Amino acid sequence: MKSYNLTHLQELESEAIYVLREVAAQFENPALLFSGGKDSIIVAHMARKAFWPARIPFPLVHVDTGHNFPETIEFRDKFVKELGATLVVGSVQKSIDEGKVVEEKGYNASRNALQTVTLLYTIENNKFDCAIGGARRDEEKARAKERFFSHRDEFGQWDPKNQRPELWNIFNGRKHIGEHFRVFPISNWTEMDVWQYILHEKIEIPSIYLSHERDVFIRDGVIMSVTDFIQQRDTEPTKKMIVRFRTIGDATCTGAVESDANTVEKIIEEVAAARTTERGTRSDDKRSEAAMEDRKKQGYF
Amino acid sequence: MEKNSYLDMELLRFSTAGSVDDGKSTLIGRLLYDSKSIFADQYDAIEESSKRKGEEKVNLALLTDGLRAEREQGITIDVAYRYFATPKRKFIIADTPGHIQYTRNMVTGSSTSNLSIILVDARNGLVEQTCRHTFIASLLGIPHVVFCINKMDLVDYSEEVFYKIKKDLEAFCSKLEVKDIQFVPISALNGDNVVNKSDNMPWYQGSTLMYLLENIHIGSDYNHIDCRFPVQYVVRPQSDEHHDYRGYAGRIAGGVFKPGDDVIVLPSGFSSKIKTIDTYTGSLDEAFAPMSVTITLTDDIDISRGDMIVRENNQPHVNQDLDAMVCWFNPRNLVLNGKYAIKHTSNDVRCVVKEVKYKININTLHRIEDDKTVKMNDIARISIRTTKPLYYDKYSRNRTTGSLIIIDEATNETVGAGMIIE
Repeated sequence: MKSYNLTHLQELESEAIYVLREVAAQFENPALLFSGGKDSIIVAHMARKAFWPARIPFPLVHVDTGHNFPETIEFRDKFVKELGATLVVGSVQKSIDEGKVVEEKGYNASRNALQTVTLLYTIENNKFDCAIGGARRDEEKARAKERFFSHRDEFGQWDPKNQRPELWNIFNGRKHIGEHFRVFPISNWTEMDVWQYILHEKIEIPSIYLSHERDVFIRDGVIMSVTDFIQQRDTEPTKKMIVRFRTIGDATCTGAVESDANTVEKIIEEVAAARTTERGTRSDDKRSEAAMEDRKKQGYF
Repeated sequence: MEKNSYLDMELLRFSTAGSVDDGKSTLIGRLLYDSKSIFADQYDAIEESSKRKGEEKVNLALLTDGLRAEREQGITIDVAYRYFATPKRKFIIADTPGHIQYTRNMVTGSSTSNLSIILVDARNGLVEQTCRHTFIASLLGIPHVVFCINKMDLVDYSEEVFYKIKKDLEAFCSKLEVKDIQFVPISALNGDNVVNKSDNMPWYQGSTLMYLLENIHIGSDYNHIDCRFPVQYVVRPQSDEHHDYRGYAGRIAGGVFKPGDDVIVLPSGFSSKIKTIDTYTGSLDEAFAPMSVTITLTDDIDISRGDMIVRENNQPHVNQDLDAMVCWFNPRNLVLNGKYAIKHTSNDVRCVVKEVKYKININTLHRIEDDKTVKMNDIARISIRTTKPLYYDKYSRNRTTGSLIIIDEATNETVGAGMIIE
């Protein structure tokens, strides 16, 4: 007798595809936020599955801080081309040049917070009424309370205490003019699920997720990549280490981990044994206990 | 984890409910901690917070309190989702608040659950809130309910206390539609019978909570009998390669579909046959709930979002007048004869509320017939008439085709959740 059971990955995929189709059906002008990180890669991968044999019915949007790892941009362009999708780039550098934001100064300067402004301008200028993202509830405690369909007011703000109840799989994407939604198809995935899915589906990922030798320095216990965008102190000497990245964000706030995991299989073993969360390497979350909640309220991703 | 064992893992969604101070957050913290799902940086952060607040032990409850207001007030004010996995299953926890003003969150968290954990303080036994939580679990059709009699350490791990509470709960549940009930005596604080079997209660021969979570049979939780396919999106590539392709994308809401099946499309009533069931990785021999697929038919008929593909000999109810139990979510009361928007499967309709038949006192389960004002957190049976027919099943038969949400057309807020009775 055959059992009608899905595995956890099949069920999660089915849920994400359902959410992506719901976006295409409920919104007029949605967009998929694509950072080149593993989470947005699998969302784009499932978008291709959801609408096949048709193309993905919305563009990909990259909010570019200008402080990227070169490997990410290379990967992004190749990925978008293969997908046959349109790419829209929102540039933080442009927001700075236009005087919409002021760049942080000093050793810990990061463009992470400025992304919010550029993101909101990009949404406004392109009249996107929905931005699909790869955020997961397991990443951070403020994200644990996020809905699949998350309402944003006309200022792009999130009101965590006044969220619409979300029941069954019925998503209410109704809104007034000027408001938009953020939609998170992989809300229910964990870091482990993402890697297992990447392995199972044989999805290509940027090379910096895999172990490699790199020029780095140590700041506040975090291994930072040497780049033109970060000022090193005299007490922070450059050294060579075998590292990989668990998340890919702006190069100024994404730390590496020492690792010799050079295949996805080895990454899965490493994640299973890991003793810190992937955001443990993100200095942007360490600014305060409610750092993420505060940024999200303002419209951060 | 053994290599590739993840390809056999199942997914279990459960919700937790309990009164304030029943130790719900502590229990979740314990499940995460004992299953080694807590990371060092998370543990360090709560260890530091516990110290700062002058607490003796590391307060595992702090793990689940996500928002600043919650950390300040020490209560949970919104549904929080947590994740952990064992080699057998991946778990999604909907952690829902227990106090009365947040019934709506409990309903929300329960709506997708396979299983509900209801915490009962061993010192207090069955209290009003326990009744309410059990009733909601029953109302939302959660297939499995596990009562955790918590804080057994504070009643000297007494067998007598446990069986007294179990008896009371069984008596109460006999009035409800709960299919599968289990009882486990635990101490979330000390970890007795949560993940590891307790040495303090040798009289208890049953399973630990974790064993139940890992082994309870969930294969029958979806309806695999009545074929229901709400069309979500029409796929038309209009490319050279797939010039005439017209596929109906959706997530199967019930039954098993196969190519060659005779089907009819609602509301048009046209008959056709399933030609293929497509996915990106290839066509399938069969598809069942809750798979997301794209179906093509042998005939070229006009089908759009909101239509439903079903088997000719097993059709859902098609009706404009229906009765539902609703849970009201909004500070603005339900308006009798008021008009609302409704979302039901992939369908959008409008409705008018014709009648409030009665409200339910969720603590005693008595019907209230003299006060028909439906306020926030009230549960009531109402009759509605929709602008066009809905294709539905009773909620008790199918949680997808039997559920709907009610939306205020002025504010766009989701103001109510409905479970269709007839």
